[in-house]
Amino acid sequence: MKSLKTYAILYLIFLYAPIFLLPLFAFNSSTIIAFPLESFTTEWFTQLLTLSEMHGALLNSLKIAVTSAVLATTLGIFAAMAVSRYSFPGQKGIMGFIMLPLVLPEIIVAVSLLIVILRMGLDTGAWSVIAGHTLICTPFAIAILQSAFAALDPSLEEAAYDLGETPASTFRLVTLPLVMPGIISALLISFTISMDEFIIAFFLTGAEPTLPVYLFSMLRFPKLLPAVMALGTILVVLSILLITIAEFFRRRGAKRTGNDTGGFL
Amino acid sequence: MAASDRIRRFFRTEQGIGMLLVSPTALYALLLLAVPLIAIFVISFWTQTGVRDFDTAFTLANYKEALTDPLYRQLMLRSLMVSGLVTLITVVLAFPIAYFVSFGVKPEHKSLWIFLITIPFWTSYLIRVFLWKVILGYNGVLNSGLQAVGIIDEPLSFILYNVNAVIITLAHAYAPFAILPIFVALEKIDRSLLEASRDLGESRTMTFLRVTLPLAAPGVVAAVLIVFIPTIGDYVTPRLVGGPGGLMIANMIQTQFLRLNNAPLGATLAVLAMLIVAVIAIAFLLLGNRAAGGKKGARK
Repeated sequence: MKSLKTYAILYLIFLYAPIFLLPLFAFNSSTIIAFPLESFTTEWFTQLLTLSEMHGALLNSLKIAVTSAVLATTLGIFAAMAVSRYSFPGQKGIMGFIMLPLVLPEIIVAVSLLIVILRMGLDTGAWSVIAGHTLICTPFAIAILQSAFAALDPSLEEAAYDLGETPASTFRLVTLPLVMPGIISALLISFTISMDEFIIAFFLTGAEPTLPVYLFSMLRFPKLLPAVMALGTILVVLSILLITIAEFFRRRGAKRTGNDTGGFL
Repeated sequence: MAASDRIRRFFRTEQGIGMLLVSPTALYALLLLAVPLIAIFVISFWTQTGVRDFDTAFTLANYKEALTDPLYRQLMLRSLMVSGLVTLITVVLAFPIAYFVSFGVKPEHKSLWIFLITIPFWTSYLIRVFLWKVILGYNGVLNSGLQAVGIIDEPLSFILYNVNAVIITLAHAYAPFAILPIFVALEKIDRSLLEASRDLGESRTMTFLRVTLPLAAPGVVAAVLIVFIPTIGDYVTPRLVGGPGGLMIANMIQTQFLRLNNAPLGATLAVLAMLIVAVIAIAFLLLGNRAAGGKKGARK
Protein backbone atom coordinates (compact mmCIF):
# COMPACT_ATOMS: atom_id res chain seq x y z
CA MET A 1 0.00 0.00 0.00
CA LYS A 2 2.93 2.33 0.68
CA SER A 3 4.23 2.21 -2.88
CA LEU A 4 0.65 2.61 -4.11
CA LYS A 5 0.36 5.76 -2.01
CA THR A 6 3.57 7.17 -3.53
CA TYR A 7 2.15 6.39 -6.97
CA ALA A 8 -1.14 8.08 -6.05
CA ILE A 9 0.66 11.24 -4.91
CA LEU A 10 2.77 11.32 -8.09
CA TYR A 11 -0.41 10.86 -10.07
CA LEU A 12 -2.04 13.81 -8.31
CA ILE A 13 1.03 15.92 -9.11
CA PHE A 14 0.68 14.89 -12.78
CA LEU A 15 -3.02 15.82 -12.67
CA TYR A 16 -2.37 19.23 -11.12
CA ALA A 17 0.91 20.11 -12.92
CA PRO A 18 -0.65 22.18 -15.72
CA ILE A 19 -2.87 24.10 -13.31
CA PHE A 20 0.05 24.90 -11.00
CA LEU A 21 2.04 26.36 -13.89
CA LEU A 22 -0.73 28.81 -14.70
CA PRO A 23 -0.18 31.38 -11.90
CA LEU A 24 3.64 31.14 -12.38
CA PHE A 25 3.33 32.52 -15.91
CA ALA A 26 0.43 34.83 -15.08
CA PHE A 27 2.59 36.76 -12.60
CA ASN A 28 5.79 36.51 -14.68
CA SER A 29 6.94 39.72 -16.41
CA SER A 30 8.32 37.95 -19.51
CA THR A 31 6.07 37.99 -22.57
CA ILE A 32 7.32 34.52 -23.53
CA ILE A 33 5.60 31.64 -21.77
CA ALA A 34 8.71 29.67 -20.79
CA PHE A 35 11.22 29.11 -18.00
CA PRO A 36 13.30 30.67 -16.50
CA LEU A 37 10.89 33.11 -14.87
CA GLU A 38 11.85 36.79 -14.89
CA SER A 39 10.24 38.99 -12.24
CA PHE A 40 6.91 39.39 -10.50
CA THR A 41 4.26 41.53 -12.16
CA THR A 42 0.50 42.09 -12.07
CA GLU A 43 0.64 43.82 -15.47
CA TRP A 44 -1.24 41.02 -17.26
CA PHE A 45 -4.14 41.24 -14.86
CA THR A 46 -4.44 44.99 -15.41
CA GLN A 47 -4.20 44.35 -19.16
CA LEU A 48 -7.35 42.22 -18.84
CA LEU A 49 -9.24 45.29 -17.66
CA THR A 50 -8.48 47.03 -20.96
CA LEU A 51 -9.75 44.22 -23.22
CA SER A 52 -13.30 45.48 -23.72
CA GLU A 53 -14.18 42.67 -26.15
CA MET A 54 -13.42 40.23 -23.36
CA HIS A 55 -15.85 41.99 -21.04
CA GLY A 56 -18.63 41.52 -23.55
CA ALA A 57 -17.72 37.85 -23.87
CA LEU A 58 -17.68 37.46 -20.07
CA LEU A 59 -21.15 39.02 -19.72
CA ASN A 60 -22.45 36.83 -22.53
CA SER A 61 -21.00 33.72 -20.85
CA LEU A 62 -22.48 34.64 -17.47
CA LYS A 63 -25.91 35.16 -19.02
CA ILE A 64 -25.70 31.82 -20.83
CA ALA A 65 -24.34 29.92 -17.81
CA VAL A 66 -26.98 31.22 -15.37
CA THR A 67 -29.84 30.45 -17.76
CA SER A 68 -28.49 27.01 -18.70
CA ALA A 69 -27.91 26.12 -15.03
CA VAL A 70 -31.48 27.03 -14.05
CA LEU A 71 -32.98 25.17 -17.02
CA ALA A 72 -30.78 22.07 -16.59
CA THR A 73 -31.48 21.88 -12.85
CA THR A 74 -35.23 22.28 -13.40
CA LEU A 75 -35.24 19.50 -16.01
CA GLY A 76 -32.99 17.52 -13.68
CA ILE A 77 -35.45 17.81 -10.78
CA PHE A 78 -38.30 16.38 -12.89
CA ALA A 79 -36.25 13.44 -14.12
CA ALA A 80 -34.56 12.72 -10.79
CA MET A 81 -37.92 12.73 -8.98
CA ALA A 82 -39.44 10.48 -11.61
CA VAL A 83 -36.74 7.80 -11.38
CA SER A 84 -36.19 7.90 -7.63
CA ARG A 85 -39.92 7.65 -6.76
CA TYR A 86 -41.75 5.93 -9.54
CA SER A 87 -41.11 3.15 -11.96
CA PHE A 88 -42.61 3.61 -15.38
CA PRO A 89 -42.56 1.70 -18.67
CA GLY A 90 -39.42 2.25 -20.74
CA GLN A 91 -37.62 3.86 -17.80
CA LYS A 92 -34.22 2.44 -18.67
CA GLY A 93 -34.39 3.49 -22.31
CA ILE A 94 -35.75 6.97 -21.62
CA MET A 95 -33.17 7.68 -18.91
CA GLY A 96 -30.36 6.21 -21.00
CA PHE A 97 -31.26 8.57 -23.80
CA ILE A 98 -31.47 11.61 -21.49
CA MET A 99 -28.02 10.72 -20.06
CA LEU A 100 -26.51 10.14 -23.54
CA PRO A 101 -24.81 13.58 -23.77
CA LEU A 102 -22.48 12.41 -20.96
CA VAL A 103 -20.58 10.21 -23.43
CA LEU A 104 -21.56 11.66 -26.82
CA PRO A 105 -18.69 13.72 -28.30
CA GLU A 106 -19.65 17.38 -27.95
CA ILE A 107 -18.88 18.07 -31.59
CA ILE A 108 -21.72 15.72 -32.57
CA VAL A 109 -24.16 17.64 -30.35
CA ALA A 110 -22.82 20.90 -31.79
CA VAL A 111 -23.05 20.08 -35.51
CA SER A 112 -26.41 18.34 -35.24
CA LEU A 113 -27.96 21.33 -33.45
CA LEU A 114 -26.35 23.68 -35.97
CA ILE A 115 -27.87 21.79 -38.89
CA VAL A 116 -31.37 21.92 -37.41
CA ILE A 117 -31.09 25.62 -36.57
CA LEU A 118 -29.88 26.53 -40.05
CA ARG A 119 -32.49 24.31 -41.72
CA MET A 120 -35.21 26.07 -39.75
CA GLY A 121 -33.91 29.35 -41.16
CA LEU A 122 -33.01 30.66 -37.70
CA ASP A 123 -29.84 32.49 -36.69
CA THR A 124 -27.50 31.18 -34.01
CA GLY A 125 -26.90 33.26 -30.92
CA ALA A 126 -26.89 33.13 -27.13
CA TRP A 127 -30.22 31.25 -27.21
CA SER A 128 -28.79 28.36 -29.22
CA VAL A 129 -25.78 28.05 -26.91
CA ILE A 130 -28.20 27.96 -23.95
CA ALA A 131 -30.19 25.20 -25.69
CA GLY A 132 -27.03 23.12 -26.21
CA HIS A 133 -25.60 23.74 -22.75
CA THR A 134 -28.88 22.82 -21.07
CA LEU A 135 -28.77 19.53 -22.96
CA ILE A 136 -25.24 18.61 -21.79
CA CYS A 137 -25.67 19.93 -18.20
CA THR A 138 -28.93 18.06 -17.54
CA PRO A 139 -27.29 14.60 -17.12
CA PHE A 140 -24.89 16.01 -14.50
CA ALA A 141 -27.78 17.71 -12.67
CA ILE A 142 -29.74 14.42 -12.74
CA ALA A 143 -26.78 12.45 -11.34
CA ILE A 144 -26.47 14.83 -8.38
CA LEU A 145 -30.21 15.24 -7.77
CA GLN A 146 -30.94 11.55 -8.09
CA SER A 147 -28.81 10.74 -5.06
CA ALA A 148 -30.42 13.66 -3.20
CA PHE A 149 -33.93 12.33 -3.94
CA ALA A 150 -32.97 8.70 -3.32
CA ALA A 151 -31.67 9.59 0.14
CA LEU A 152 -34.95 11.30 1.04
CA ASP A 153 -37.16 9.33 3.45
CA PRO A 154 -40.61 9.03 1.76
CA SER A 155 -42.35 8.76 5.14
CA LEU A 156 -41.67 12.48 5.69
CA GLU A 157 -43.81 13.31 2.66
CA GLU A 158 -46.45 10.78 3.66
CA ALA A 159 -46.65 12.47 7.06
CA ALA A 160 -47.26 15.81 5.33
CA TYR A 161 -50.07 14.27 3.22
CA ASP A 162 -51.64 12.78 6.35
CA LEU A 163 -51.54 16.20 8.00
CA GLY A 164 -53.62 17.55 5.10
CA GLU A 165 -51.00 19.12 2.79
CA THR A 166 -51.57 18.96 -0.96
CA PRO A 167 -48.91 17.43 -3.26
CA ALA A 168 -47.84 20.94 -4.28
CA SER A 169 -47.52 22.29 -0.73
CA THR A 170 -45.78 19.08 0.41
CA PHE A 171 -43.20 19.54 -2.34
CA ARG A 172 -42.65 23.18 -1.33
CA LEU A 173 -42.62 22.68 2.46
CA VAL A 174 -41.02 19.24 2.88
CA THR A 175 -39.32 17.91 -0.27
CA LEU A 176 -37.74 21.10 -1.57
CA PRO A 177 -35.98 22.14 1.67
CA LEU A 178 -34.59 18.63 2.13
CA VAL A 179 -33.18 18.36 -1.40
CA MET A 180 -32.14 22.04 -1.52
CA PRO A 181 -28.42 21.26 -0.99
CA GLY A 182 -28.60 18.90 -3.99
CA ILE A 183 -30.32 21.59 -6.05
CA ILE A 184 -27.66 24.19 -5.18
CA SER A 185 -24.93 21.68 -6.00
CA ALA A 186 -26.57 20.88 -9.37
CA LEU A 187 -26.90 24.61 -10.18
CA LEU A 188 -23.23 25.29 -9.42
CA ILE A 189 -21.96 22.28 -11.39
CA SER A 190 -24.13 23.17 -14.41
CA PHE A 191 -22.99 26.80 -14.21
CA THR A 192 -19.33 25.70 -14.16
CA ILE A 193 -19.77 23.33 -17.12
CA SER A 194 -21.50 26.01 -19.19
CA MET A 195 -18.89 28.68 -18.32
CA ASP A 196 -16.06 26.37 -19.48
CA GLU A 197 -17.70 24.71 -22.49
CA PHE A 198 -16.05 25.54 -25.80
CA ILE A 199 -17.12 23.35 -28.73
CA ILE A 200 -20.89 23.86 -28.61
CA ALA A 201 -20.39 27.60 -28.02
CA PHE A 202 -17.86 27.71 -30.90
CA PHE A 203 -20.44 26.32 -33.36
CA LEU A 204 -23.57 27.98 -32.02
CA THR A 205 -22.51 31.34 -30.64
CA GLY A 206 -23.09 33.48 -33.74
CA ALA A 207 -21.76 37.04 -33.62
CA GLU A 208 -21.31 37.32 -29.84
CA PRO A 209 -18.57 35.00 -28.56
CA THR A 210 -18.63 33.41 -25.15
CA LEU A 211 -15.59 33.70 -22.89
CA PRO A 212 -13.98 30.38 -23.96
CA VAL A 213 -14.59 31.19 -27.65
CA TYR A 214 -12.96 34.59 -27.16
CA LEU A 215 -10.11 32.95 -25.25
CA PHE A 216 -9.57 30.52 -28.13
CA SER A 217 -9.24 33.44 -30.53
CA MET A 218 -6.71 35.07 -28.15
CA LEU A 219 -4.45 32.01 -28.46
CA ARG A 220 -3.52 33.01 -32.02
CA PHE A 221 -1.83 36.20 -30.83
CA PRO A 222 1.48 35.53 -29.03
CA LYS A 223 1.33 39.08 -27.61
CA LEU A 224 -1.86 38.23 -25.73
CA LEU A 225 -0.64 34.93 -24.22
CA PRO A 226 0.42 36.38 -20.84
CA ALA A 227 -3.09 37.87 -20.56
CA VAL A 228 -4.49 34.41 -21.41
CA MET A 229 -2.50 33.03 -18.47
CA ALA A 230 -3.92 35.73 -16.19
CA LEU A 231 -7.48 35.09 -17.38
CA GLY A 232 -6.90 31.34 -17.04
CA THR A 233 -5.71 31.78 -13.46
CA ILE A 234 -8.87 33.69 -12.57
CA LEU A 235 -11.10 31.11 -14.30
CA VAL A 236 -9.41 28.15 -12.64
CA VAL A 237 -9.56 29.74 -9.17
CA LEU A 238 -13.26 30.52 -9.69
CA SER A 239 -14.03 27.00 -10.97
CA ILE A 240 -12.30 25.40 -7.98
CA LEU A 241 -14.16 27.74 -5.62
CA LEU A 242 -17.55 26.95 -7.18
CA ILE A 243 -16.90 23.21 -7.22
CA THR A 244 -15.77 23.27 -3.59
CA ILE A 245 -18.97 25.10 -2.61
CA ALA A 246 -21.00 22.60 -4.65
CA GLU A 247 -19.26 19.70 -2.89
CA PHE A 248 -19.94 21.35 0.49
CA PHE A 249 -23.66 21.55 -0.27
CA ARG A 250 -23.74 18.03 -1.65
CA ARG A 251 -22.17 16.70 1.53
CA ARG A 252 -24.44 18.78 3.75
CA GLY A 253 -27.41 17.35 1.88
CA ALA A 254 -26.01 13.86 2.32
CA LYS A 255 -25.55 14.50 6.04
CA ARG A 256 -29.08 15.92 6.38
CA THR A 257 -30.63 12.82 4.86
CA GLY A 258 -28.04 10.57 6.47
CA ASN A 259 -26.62 8.91 3.38
CA ASP A 260 -23.33 9.81 1.71
CA THR A 261 -22.96 8.12 -1.64
CA GLY A 262 -19.80 10.14 -2.33
CA GLY A 263 -18.54 11.79 -5.50
CA PHE A 264 -20.35 13.64 -8.23
CA LEU A 265 -20.91 10.69 -10.50
CA MET B 1 -65.25 9.68 -22.98
CA ALA B 2 -64.19 6.24 -21.86
CA ALA B 3 -60.76 6.65 -23.44
CA SER B 4 -60.05 10.03 -21.85
CA ASP B 5 -61.25 8.60 -18.51
CA ARG B 6 -58.81 5.76 -18.86
CA ILE B 7 -56.00 8.19 -19.68
CA ARG B 8 -56.88 10.31 -16.65
CA ARG B 9 -56.88 7.25 -14.44
CA PHE B 10 -53.52 6.12 -15.87
CA PHE B 11 -51.92 9.40 -14.84
CA ARG B 12 -52.92 8.80 -11.22
CA THR B 13 -51.13 5.46 -11.06
CA GLU B 14 -47.48 5.13 -10.05
CA GLN B 15 -46.51 4.53 -13.67
CA GLY B 16 -48.55 7.46 -14.93
CA ILE B 17 -47.09 9.94 -12.44
CA GLY B 18 -43.58 8.74 -13.27
CA MET B 19 -44.16 9.18 -17.00
CA LEU B 20 -45.70 12.61 -16.44
CA LEU B 21 -42.78 13.73 -14.27
CA VAL B 22 -40.08 12.57 -16.67
CA SER B 23 -41.85 13.96 -19.74
CA PRO B 24 -40.45 17.54 -19.72
CA THR B 25 -36.87 16.25 -19.58
CA ALA B 26 -37.56 13.45 -22.06
CA LEU B 27 -39.28 15.88 -24.43
CA TYR B 28 -36.31 18.23 -24.25
CA ALA B 29 -33.91 15.40 -25.09
CA LEU B 30 -36.23 14.27 -27.89
CA LEU B 31 -36.39 17.71 -29.51
CA LEU B 32 -32.78 18.79 -28.99
CA LEU B 33 -30.97 15.47 -29.25
CA ALA B 34 -33.05 12.87 -31.10
CA VAL B 35 -34.38 15.24 -33.78
CA PRO B 36 -30.93 16.78 -34.51
CA LEU B 37 -29.30 13.32 -34.63
CA ILE B 38 -31.94 12.16 -37.12
CA ALA B 39 -31.44 15.39 -39.08
CA ILE B 40 -27.69 14.85 -39.33
CA PHE B 41 -28.34 11.32 -40.60
CA VAL B 42 -30.81 12.55 -43.21
CA ILE B 43 -28.59 15.42 -44.39
CA SER B 44 -25.68 13.03 -44.91
CA PHE B 45 -27.60 11.76 -47.96
CA TRP B 46 -28.05 15.25 -49.45
CA THR B 47 -25.87 17.61 -51.50
CA GLN B 48 -25.01 21.20 -50.64
CA THR B 49 -25.89 23.66 -53.40
CA GLY B 50 -25.75 27.06 -51.68
CA VAL B 51 -24.94 28.61 -48.30
CA ARG B 52 -28.15 27.31 -46.78
CA ASP B 53 -29.57 25.38 -49.71
CA PHE B 54 -29.45 21.67 -50.27
CA ASP B 55 -30.33 19.33 -53.08
CA THR B 56 -32.51 16.92 -51.16
CA ALA B 57 -32.33 14.11 -53.72
CA PHE B 58 -31.04 10.91 -52.07
CA THR B 59 -27.40 10.22 -52.85
CA LEU B 60 -24.63 8.01 -51.48
CA ALA B 61 -21.94 10.23 -52.99
CA ASN B 62 -20.88 11.61 -49.57
CA TYR B 63 -20.38 8.13 -48.17
CA LYS B 64 -18.45 7.11 -51.25
CA GLU B 65 -16.19 10.14 -50.91
CA ALA B 66 -15.76 9.70 -47.15
CA LEU B 67 -14.83 6.03 -47.49
CA THR B 68 -12.57 6.24 -50.54
CA ASP B 69 -10.69 9.53 -50.07
CA PRO B 70 -7.37 8.56 -48.40
CA LEU B 71 -7.35 11.80 -46.35
CA TYR B 72 -10.62 11.01 -44.58
CA ARG B 73 -9.64 7.38 -44.12
CA GLN B 74 -6.32 8.42 -42.60
CA LEU B 75 -8.02 10.86 -40.20
CA MET B 76 -10.57 8.25 -39.16
CA LEU B 77 -7.92 5.58 -38.54
CA ARG B 78 -5.75 8.03 -36.64
CA SER B 79 -8.71 9.06 -34.47
CA LEU B 80 -9.41 5.41 -33.70
CA MET B 81 -5.77 4.73 -32.89
CA VAL B 82 -5.45 7.82 -30.68
CA SER B 83 -8.60 7.15 -28.69
CA GLY B 84 -7.71 3.46 -28.39
CA LEU B 85 -4.25 4.26 -27.02
CA VAL B 86 -5.58 7.03 -24.77
CA THR B 87 -8.15 4.59 -23.38
CA LEU B 88 -5.51 1.93 -22.72
CA ILE B 89 -3.13 4.40 -21.02
CA THR B 90 -5.79 6.10 -18.88
CA VAL B 91 -7.41 2.87 -17.69
CA VAL B 92 -4.09 1.16 -16.88
CA LEU B 93 -2.81 4.22 -15.02
CA ALA B 94 -6.16 4.79 -13.29
CA PHE B 95 -6.72 1.30 -11.90
CA PRO B 96 -4.02 1.49 -9.17
CA ILE B 97 -5.36 4.90 -8.08
CA ALA B 98 -8.92 3.63 -7.83
CA TYR B 99 -7.62 0.55 -5.98
CA PHE B 100 -5.60 2.67 -3.58
CA VAL B 101 -8.50 5.00 -2.76
CA SER B 102 -10.91 2.10 -2.29
CA PHE B 103 -8.64 -0.22 -0.27
CA GLY B 104 -5.83 1.92 1.12
CA VAL B 105 -7.58 5.08 2.30
CA LYS B 106 -9.56 5.44 5.55
CA PRO B 107 -13.31 5.58 4.81
CA GLU B 108 -13.62 9.15 6.11
CA HIS B 109 -10.92 10.36 3.69
CA LYS B 110 -12.23 8.63 0.58
CA SER B 111 -14.53 11.40 -0.62
CA LEU B 112 -11.71 13.93 -0.14
CA TRP B 113 -9.42 11.89 -2.39
CA ILE B 114 -12.12 11.51 -5.04
CA PHE B 115 -12.81 15.23 -4.80
CA LEU B 116 -9.11 16.03 -5.29
CA ILE B 117 -8.95 13.75 -8.31
CA THR B 118 -12.01 15.31 -9.96
CA ILE B 119 -11.14 19.00 -9.38
CA PRO B 120 -8.83 19.44 -12.41
CA PHE B 121 -11.61 18.06 -14.60
CA TRP B 122 -13.84 21.01 -13.69
CA THR B 123 -11.33 23.67 -14.70
CA SER B 124 -11.30 25.17 -18.19
CA TYR B 125 -10.52 22.44 -20.74
CA LEU B 126 -9.13 24.98 -23.20
CA ILE B 127 -6.66 26.35 -20.65
CA ARG B 128 -5.52 22.88 -19.63
CA VAL B 129 -4.85 21.85 -23.23
CA PHE B 130 -3.01 25.08 -23.91
CA LEU B 131 -0.82 24.50 -20.85
CA TRP B 132 0.27 21.15 -22.29
CA LYS B 133 1.51 23.09 -25.28
CA VAL B 134 3.55 25.19 -22.84
CA ILE B 135 4.86 22.08 -21.10
CA LEU B 136 5.72 20.07 -24.22
CA GLY B 137 6.99 22.91 -26.44
CA TYR B 138 10.51 23.22 -27.92
CA ASN B 139 11.42 25.74 -25.21
CA GLY B 140 8.80 24.26 -22.94
CA VAL B 141 8.81 23.37 -19.28
CA LEU B 142 9.74 19.74 -19.88
CA ASN B 143 12.61 20.42 -22.30
CA SER B 144 14.12 23.28 -20.28
CA GLY B 145 13.75 21.20 -17.11
CA LEU B 146 15.44 18.15 -18.60
CA GLN B 147 18.20 20.31 -20.09
CA ALA B 148 18.81 22.06 -16.77
CA VAL B 149 19.19 18.70 -15.02
CA GLY B 150 21.45 17.54 -17.83
CA ILE B 151 19.48 14.51 -18.96
CA ILE B 152 19.26 15.80 -22.53
CA ASP B 153 21.49 18.17 -24.50
CA GLU B 154 19.02 19.27 -27.14
CA PRO B 155 15.29 19.88 -26.75
CA LEU B 156 13.12 16.87 -27.60
CA SER B 157 11.04 17.71 -30.64
CA PHE B 158 8.95 14.57 -30.87
CA ILE B 159 6.65 15.62 -28.03
CA LEU B 160 4.80 18.59 -29.54
CA TYR B 161 2.74 19.12 -32.70
CA ASN B 162 2.24 15.44 -33.38
CA VAL B 163 0.19 12.45 -32.33
CA ASN B 164 2.27 11.88 -29.16
CA ALA B 165 1.29 15.29 -27.80
CA VAL B 166 -2.38 14.55 -28.54
CA ILE B 167 -2.18 11.25 -26.67
CA ILE B 168 -0.42 12.74 -23.62
CA THR B 169 -2.86 15.64 -23.38
CA LEU B 170 -5.98 13.51 -23.80
CA ALA B 171 -4.71 10.92 -21.31
CA HIS B 172 -4.36 13.73 -18.79
CA ALA B 173 -7.76 15.24 -19.54
CA TYR B 174 -9.69 11.97 -19.26
CA ALA B 175 -7.94 10.55 -16.19
CA PRO B 176 -10.81 11.23 -13.73
CA PHE B 177 -13.32 9.63 -16.13
CA ALA B 178 -11.40 6.37 -15.87
CA ILE B 179 -10.85 6.47 -12.10
CA LEU B 180 -14.45 7.09 -10.99
CA PRO B 181 -16.21 4.04 -12.50
CA ILE B 182 -13.42 1.67 -11.40
CA PHE B 183 -13.53 3.16 -7.89
CA VAL B 184 -17.32 2.68 -7.71
CA ALA B 185 -16.98 -0.96 -8.80
CA LEU B 186 -14.24 -1.64 -6.25
CA GLU B 187 -16.29 -0.02 -3.48
CA LYS B 188 -19.14 -2.44 -4.19
CA ILE B 189 -16.97 -5.50 -3.59
CA ASP B 190 -17.99 -7.33 -0.42
CA ARG B 191 -14.77 -7.31 1.64
CA SER B 192 -15.66 -10.64 3.28
CA LEU B 193 -15.14 -12.33 -0.10
CA LEU B 194 -11.51 -11.26 -0.01
CA GLU B 195 -11.12 -12.55 3.55
CA ALA B 196 -12.72 -15.83 2.53
CA SER B 197 -10.22 -16.20 -0.31
CA ARG B 198 -7.31 -15.51 2.04
CA ASP B 199 -8.70 -17.93 4.66
CA LEU B 200 -8.92 -20.60 1.99
CA GLY B 201 -5.19 -20.26 1.44
CA GLU B 202 -4.96 -18.01 -1.64
CA SER B 203 -2.04 -15.59 -1.69
CA ARG B 204 -2.60 -11.85 -1.85
CA THR B 205 -1.74 -11.80 -5.56
CA MET B 206 -4.00 -14.73 -6.39
CA THR B 207 -6.84 -13.16 -4.38
CA PHE B 208 -6.41 -9.98 -6.38
CA LEU B 209 -6.32 -11.84 -9.69
CA ARG B 210 -9.12 -14.31 -8.98
CA VAL B 211 -11.51 -12.26 -6.81
CA THR B 212 -10.89 -8.50 -6.93
CA LEU B 213 -10.12 -8.13 -10.62
CA PRO B 214 -13.13 -10.08 -11.98
CA LEU B 215 -15.46 -8.23 -9.60
CA ALA B 216 -14.01 -4.90 -10.74
CA ALA B 217 -14.52 -5.81 -14.42
CA PRO B 218 -17.82 -3.88 -14.85
CA GLY B 219 -16.07 -0.73 -13.64
CA VAL B 220 -13.19 -1.28 -16.06
CA VAL B 221 -15.64 -1.81 -18.94
CA ALA B 222 -17.47 1.41 -18.00
CA ALA B 223 -14.15 3.28 -17.77
CA VAL B 224 -13.08 2.06 -21.21
CA LEU B 225 -16.33 3.20 -22.82
CA ILE B 226 -16.51 6.53 -20.99
CA VAL B 227 -12.99 7.42 -22.21
CA PHE B 228 -13.07 5.83 -25.68
CA ILE B 229 -16.35 7.30 -26.95
CA PRO B 230 -15.81 11.02 -26.28
CA THR B 231 -12.06 11.11 -27.10
CA ILE B 232 -12.64 10.02 -30.69
CA GLY B 233 -14.57 13.25 -31.26
CA ASP B 234 -12.16 15.60 -29.52
CA TYR B 235 -11.53 18.83 -31.38
CA VAL B 236 -9.52 21.15 -29.13
CA THR B 237 -6.56 18.91 -28.30
CA PRO B 238 -5.58 17.91 -31.86
CA ARG B 239 -6.13 21.48 -32.98
CA LEU B 240 -3.87 23.02 -30.31
CA VAL B 241 -1.11 20.44 -29.79
CA GLY B 242 -1.47 18.05 -32.73
CA GLY B 243 0.11 20.06 -35.53
CA PRO B 244 -0.75 19.02 -39.09
CA GLY B 245 0.16 15.36 -38.46
CA GLY B 246 -1.96 15.06 -35.33
CA LEU B 247 -5.34 16.24 -36.60
CA MET B 248 -8.35 14.02 -36.00
CA ILE B 249 -11.78 13.47 -37.53
CA ALA B 250 -13.48 16.20 -35.44
CA ASN B 251 -11.18 18.80 -37.00
CA MET B 252 -12.29 17.67 -40.46
CA ILE B 253 -15.96 17.74 -39.42
CA GLN B 254 -15.48 21.32 -38.24
CA THR B 255 -13.69 22.26 -41.47
CA GLN B 256 -16.49 20.82 -43.62
CA PHE B 257 -19.18 22.64 -41.64
CA LEU B 258 -17.65 26.04 -40.94
CA ARG B 259 -15.01 26.54 -43.64
CA LEU B 260 -15.79 24.48 -46.74
CA ASN B 261 -19.53 24.90 -46.26
CA ASN B 262 -20.16 21.26 -47.08
CA ALA B 263 -22.53 20.24 -44.28
CA PRO B 264 -23.61 16.96 -45.93
CA LEU B 265 -20.02 15.67 -46.08
CA GLY B 266 -19.40 16.88 -42.52
CA ALA B 267 -22.59 15.09 -41.44
CA THR B 268 -21.45 11.93 -43.23
CA LEU B 269 -18.11 11.96 -41.38
CA ALA B 270 -19.96 12.51 -38.08
CA VAL B 271 -22.36 9.63 -38.80
CA LEU B 272 -19.51 7.31 -39.78
CA ALA B 273 -17.50 8.22 -36.67
CA MET B 274 -20.51 7.52 -34.42
CA LEU B 275 -21.26 4.29 -36.27
CA ILE B 276 -17.70 3.00 -35.90
CA VAL B 277 -17.61 3.95 -32.20
CA ALA B 278 -20.98 2.30 -31.61
CA VAL B 279 -19.89 -0.94 -33.31
CA ILE B 280 -16.64 -1.08 -31.33
CA ALA B 281 -18.43 -0.23 -28.07
CA ILE B 282 -21.07 -2.94 -28.59
CA ALA B 283 -18.44 -5.50 -29.60
CA PHE B 284 -16.44 -4.61 -26.50
CA LEU B 285 -19.52 -4.95 -24.27
CA LEU B 286 -20.41 -8.33 -25.75
CA LEU B 287 -16.83 -9.52 -25.36
CA GLY B 288 -16.80 -8.29 -21.75
CA ASN B 289 -20.07 -10.10 -21.03
CA ARG B 290 -18.81 -13.31 -22.60
CA ALA B 291 -15.57 -13.14 -20.60
CA ALA B 292 -17.58 -12.64 -17.39
CA GLY B 293 -19.96 -15.46 -18.36
CA GLY B 294 -17.02 -17.75 -19.15
CA LYS B 295 -15.60 -17.14 -15.69
CA LYS B 296 -18.89 -18.00 -14.06
CA GLY B 297 -18.94 -21.26 -15.97
CA ALA B 298 -15.39 -22.09 -14.89
CA ARG B 299 -16.29 -21.58 -11.24
CA LYS B 300 -18.86 -24.38 -11.34
